[in-house]
Amino acid sequence: MSKEKLSGAEALMRSLQDEGIELVFGYPGGASLHIYDALFKQQAVQHVLVRHEQGAVHAADGYARSTGKPGVVFVTSGPGATNAITGLATSYMDSTPVIVISSQVKAHLIGTDSFQETDMIGVSRPIVKHSFLVQKAEDIATTIKKAFHIANTGRPGPVVIDIPKSVTDPDYKFDYSYPKDVDIRSYKPVEEGHSGQIRKAAKLLLASERPVIYAGGGVVQNDASEELIELVNFLNFPVTNTLMGLGAYPATGDRFIGMLGMHGTYEANMAMHNSDLILAVGARFDDRITNDPAQFALGAKKIHIDIDPASLSKIIKVDVPIVGSAKSCLRQLLSELKKKESRLDKEKIKPWLNQIQDWRNEHGLNHDMLQNPSPSGKILPQQVIQSLYKETKGKAYITSDVGQHQMFAAQYYHFDKPRQWINSGGLGTMGFGLPAAMGVQLAFPKATVACVTGEGSIQMCIQELSTCLQYDLPIKIINVNNSSLGMVKQWQDMQYGGRLSQTLYEDSLPDFAKLAESFGHVGMKVEKPEELESAMKECFKTKNKLVFLDIVVDQDEHVYPMLEAGMALDAMWLDKETKTWE
Amino acid sequence: MKRVVALLMENQSGALSRVVGLFSQRGYNIESLIVAPTDDPSLSRLTMTTEGDASVVEQITKQLNKLIDVVKVIDLSVEDYVGRELLLIKLDSSEEAEAKVISLGGQVLFKNDSILNAEFVGSSEELDKIVTSLSESNLLEVVRTGLSGISSTSKTLTI
Repeated sequence: MSKEKLSGAEALMRSLQDEGIELVFGYPGGASLHIYDALFKQQAVQHVLVRHEQGAVHAADGYARSTGKPGVVFVTSGPGATNAITGLATSYMDSTPVIVISSQVKAHLIGTDSFQETDMIGVSRPIVKHSFLVQKAEDIATTIKKAFHIANTGRPGPVVIDIPKSVTDPDYKFDYSYPKDVDIRSYKPVEEGHSGQIRKAAKLLLASERPVIYAGGGVVQNDASEELIELVNFLNFPVTNTLMGLGAYPATGDRFIGMLGMHGTYEANMAMHNSDLILAVGARFDDRITNDPAQFALGAKKIHIDIDPASLSKIIKVDVPIVGSAKSCLRQLLSELKKKESRLDKEKIKPWLNQIQDWRNEHGLNHDMLQNPSPSGKILPQQVIQSLYKETKGKAYITSDVGQHQMFAAQYYHFDKPRQWINSGGLGTMGFGLPAAMGVQLAFPKATVACVTGEGSIQMCIQELSTCLQYDLPIKIINVNNSSLGMVKQWQDMQYGGRLSQTLYEDSLPDFAKLAESFGHVGMKVEKPEELESAMKECFKTKNKLVFLDIVVDQDEHVYPMLEAGMALDAMWLDKETKTWE
Repeated sequence: MKRVVALLMENQSGALSRVVGLFSQRGYNIESLIVAPTDDPSLSRLTMTTEGDASVVEQITKQLNKLIDVVKVIDLSVEDYVGRELLLIKLDSSEEAEAKVISLGGQVLFKNDSILNAEFVGSSEELDKIVTSLSESNLLEVVRTGLSGISSTSKTLTI
């Protein structure tokens, strides 16, 4: 069989097709003209033209997080590449499979400060899992193959492929073939956990009287929810999910005790602090979870399952580290436990489950706030989320931006499925929500997709409203509008004597409803508590159009519980006056 | 405690910058670093010395192992190893200077009326002493390569 002759640009498009890619997000420019011409001449890969490269990367990220398949981005050299940086850092911090294919100036111009030249490999180096500079057209197919392999195996992460314009020259043709396999000698992620460690872990689990399972984003990424649920059903242990792990164990499940950490539930933080055994799966003990590491769950033995060896004993020294994928290790653990089923004593943890229930009864979140009007006479942000949950019956994909609204969404929307909750947890990137929602809506055209945002975050990528019109994306934007940078304001209220330095918009905000209308969408504004639920209903009744629902909420509401910095996990503010420590 | 970490990495552009970048990115202090291609031209070998407790060095080796270009990493200092570095010096040329170099175990590499170059090979501590005792002579310039090391056990850093 004779091989096909393709140019570099054509080989790139063909490689993406051969990799099974159907969707690319991007923005063309001078250095990527050959690539965009090759894109034009094929049909298999659809391209979504964004309005800013940051939006392209977030959209690809949203696509990746909701589907588990890598998101692909095309950007041009120079500013196109640098605009992708925030998106790359977001993806890197949350370990999502995103591939950014950046064009570069012609090979002979590299290093000469030529027009729109940036050292993309250098600039992106600390925020990518790996990167490639393609030196010759013949290397394109193998590079693409390697990039997808690296991005979506082991601990996933973003990969940059920088391609000089000269390498995509349409007049230089060569034999194309796409490699079947990939072998990188220095990269062999371990899936199976060490059997000796699994046995040790099973022993500790069976001996525990006050256990907690602490599940993170790794369970979601690795599609290991089923295994987690099976393990929980078997052991009857309480489960807390991290911000990134919401949905890994269903929020309405019997053993769910809420999110933990900075704005975790009282019962989840108390349970972690007082436990005698923590089983961490696909989580990384980050500083928003542990509070002061030196005071973290001192009475607990710790088992830690993670695909990334560097995550083990990085912050918290653990007793049983297990390197491997969440899915494999949970399966192994379950089969080990089943062998020892006779030693499982479900009665032993009853007092512990009762204790957790008592904590919940004492200071758990109030999920029925819609019934009680707030004393201020204003809509409360928590009510917005509760109304959203009610209206979507808990079945929508929810993307969020960053700030108070994000925490309220995490606390009050009960996520029952993995990949249903999509937010920038690690980097905390304002502007993520809307473009991420585009990626989700494009992946699942018939699904209900809502973006929970605030008037601060939404303005960081609001240009994407135009993209939403071009591609008919009926996203519902739930704008929790408190006319201030709420989370920063909360800290200023609590720790800076209420000096609201640069966190108020005063009268400078646009009329968001009209703004949305000017983009061809539906705009709605609601201010009165009694109108909230009917507005929410109308918003979701509007099936085929994007609706921007601008909801004016009480500016003085804070997110609670909130951990007190520098202390243990049991030191929480429960409201503006109440704290749990002396 | 002084730690010596050695690694093999792909001998290709960008690999070294990833390794070096990792140190600054993660706040690791590196005392010395030395790198050269190996007998297998597709690989480079890098040796670095750092101060830190076992947990810091464990993190460094794990993070290095995560880099796709890094093929293998070992902490030489957990077992017996030999470490050597090269010291090159420049002195005002004189009979006494030459005699001193030889008495300290050095080798004269170049000499004319005004300049004398010499080399010493040894452990870092030995070279520290040599530099101190030469400082009484007219020492014009000192250059050290940083430590290179090899384990003294049956374990090898090869692929």
